[in-house]
Amino acid sequence: MELTGAQILLESLRREDVEVVFGFPGGAVIDIYDQLPNYPLLQHVLARHEQGAIHAADGYARATGRVGVCLVTSGPGATNAVTGIATAYMDSVPVVIITGQVPTPLIGNDAFQEVDIVGITRPCTKHNFLVKDVRDLPKVIKEAFYLAATGRPGPVLIDLPKDVQQAKCVYNYPKQIKMRSYNPTYAPNPKQVAKVADVVRKAKKPIIYAGGGVIASNASEDLTWLARTFNIPVTATLMALGCFPADDPLWLGMLGMHGTYAANMAISGADLILAVGSRFDDRVTGKLSEFAKNAKIVHIDIDPTSIQKNVAAGIPVVADCKSFLMALRQTLEADVSDASAAPVRDTPWLARLASWKEEKPLAYEQGTDVIKPQYVVEIISRLTKGEAIITTEVGQHQMWAAQFYQFTKPRSFISSGGLGTMGFGFPAAIGAQVAFPDRLVIDVAGDGSIQMCIQELATAVCYGLPVKIVILNNGYLGMVRQWQELFYAKNYCSTCLDVAPDFVKLAEAYGAAGFRVSDPGQVESVLTEAFALPKTVIVDVVVDREENVAPMVPAGKSITEMILV
Amino acid sequence: MRHILSILVEDEPGVLSRVAGLFSGRGYNIETLNVAPTLTEGLSMMTITTEGDEAIVEQIIKQLRKLVTTLKVVDLTDVKSVEREMMLLRVDAEGAKRAEVLRIVDIFRCKVVDVSLDELILEVTGTQDKLGALINLLQRFGIKEIARTGAVAMRRGMQE
Ligand SMILES: Cc1ncc(C[n+]2csc(CCOP(=O)(O)OP(=O)(O)O)c2C)c(N)n1
Repeated sequence: MELTGAQILLESLRREDVEVVFGFPGGAVIDIYDQLPNYPLLQHVLARHEQGAIHAADGYARATGRVGVCLVTSGPGATNAVTGIATAYMDSVPVVIITGQVPTPLIGNDAFQEVDIVGITRPCTKHNFLVKDVRDLPKVIKEAFYLAATGRPGPVLIDLPKDVQQAKCVYNYPKQIKMRSYNPTYAPNPKQVAKVADVVRKAKKPIIYAGGGVIASNASEDLTWLARTFNIPVTATLMALGCFPADDPLWLGMLGMHGTYAANMAISGADLILAVGSRFDDRVTGKLSEFAKNAKIVHIDIDPTSIQKNVAAGIPVVADCKSFLMALRQTLEADVSDASAAPVRDTPWLARLASWKEEKPLAYEQGTDVIKPQYVVEIISRLTKGEAIITTEVGQHQMWAAQFYQFTKPRSFISSGGLGTMGFGFPAAIGAQVAFPDRLVIDVAGDGSIQMCIQELATAVCYGLPVKIVILNNGYLGMVRQWQELFYAKNYCSTCLDVAPDFVKLAEAYGAAGFRVSDPGQVESVLTEAFALPKTVIVDVVVDREENVAPMVPAGKSITEMILV
Repeated sequence: MRHILSILVEDEPGVLSRVAGLFSGRGYNIETLNVAPTLTEGLSMMTITTEGDEAIVEQIIKQLRKLVTTLKVVDLTDVKSVEREMMLLRVDAEGAKRAEVLRIVDIFRCKVVDVSLDELILEVTGTQDKLGALINLLQRFGIKEIARTGAVAMRRGMQE
């Protein structure tokens, strides 16, 4: 049977089991939209800005582990999506982006709404395609989904000219794809696994440093087994929060620039670092020459370019984190059954970690006058028992959410780590809520960031998505203000947000509910009420204006040189 | 250190800018770059020469391998290989100079591929060093223009 390009696209999405597409129409994709009503099983969520659409697709992907799909028009539609594409790229999130393009005869003519989006997104996609012949389309779509989801996941873009959407051909969707130039390594080299097992047995002061790869490969359970069975303390990056339960005594908290004292000291004192699916980002390592000087480093990553990039690894392992941890488990399981062979841990090490945790915990003091932002996060954590999906924007509130929320499950913390995109959290929450209509989804926001994609309130209200936005409103671009305070002689240039909308009225204007709270005694009751409402809600929490995120490692310093308060 | 990389890629539109963009975007340097089809239809071979310490070159190679359109990357610096580059030179060769230029042509085993009253166009192949030496020698006669292909290279057959 002959189908048009637009039909082929939608039919292929169906065969990829896509349930929802986040998008925004325009002239260059109108043929696809024209066909959408014929595919009733494919839900389309109309965002109010392409940046909202792509972040929503990204949030959907992070919450579910499935591929998120985003559909936008050519030119300005495509360029509006670029920030979201780069965000997904930096955090290795599987998304397929379909952009309309001007008809092939017009490509290169500076036609109306033409932009070379394949050129623009080359450095921020895992791969991209320009489809010039409708007969290539089924294969391209199959490849796009395959590339997005396998290996180190990432965004893949398909640029689809209007005439290709209209052209017809016989439809055959490939069952499988084999690409001669693309073969990611999943299984680890057995010799390397044996080496790792050996150092795990021998280490006196080991530590696990988990990264986003643990979440991406669904390896949390195996990681937890390893840590608990061998008494190995765990720290994690922002991207990996939730991969290990925060109430476990072995949990040290996040490491790095705003990491806990215990985590940063532990990394620095360890004799063995098991870096699993993490990439030694500069926000994590601080000054590289001072990083983990005493440790043997085992680095497991599916992406060979991550290994030896920033830090020399004693034992490099190219593998999927889950495949690796399962292989390691098999090797080590023999030890467990034979108690006498189980590794002897330097218990003073564990004791020292415990005392660090106790002596220098994450702390703040909640008085009776002003609300401390950390307190708000702690209340959210308590009210939701660590089981909500928390998304964040970028800034101080993001760090407080990471520090003070007790995550118990993977895929429940969704935040822009690599690119640090303000405006990400709310649309991402929309995506997560579309995936899980019955879960509580909360965007912990700053008053600055929330204004970057605030128009998506219409989307949330329109689809009846009960997303909760909790604004930690300090009247500042707080994180930048903090840097100005600490490193720029309090020159608060352009970080004061004196003129701000009334967020309660704004919520109401969009048909959502709005609350404001400024009395510490009422935080809990207001949040309880807000979380119980089955609709989109903004809670504007007026917090201490000049509260800072601590600890803080100044940029370029060693991670042991923390400013503690 | 200078490295010669031989890169086998899918011959697709945009593949060159993917490779070149990888170098520019990550701040690596391309000294020479050469692309042409191979015996296998749909595959092209690129030869890139680049400068960098071992860690950087290791990253470059891994990043190149990571590109979805790359099939194979070999660092020919590590193996016995043959390297050649072709160059055309337009040289002043008026009057008395001409005989001397032609003598150099002989010694360097160049070819004269165009002759006019006051200049010659020479064709020469060789290693980077040889081409450099020739340029040095001819400079005093007046080189008006050069066009170089950049290196192409191939592994030798008798490897252990
Ligand atoms: C799109 C974008 N622009 C600028 C920045 C730089 N930036 C990082 S944090 C921050 C302040 C965020 O302020 P707010 O959202 O109010 O959060 P707070 O730090 O006050 O919690 C800024 C401007 C960014 N991360 N993203």
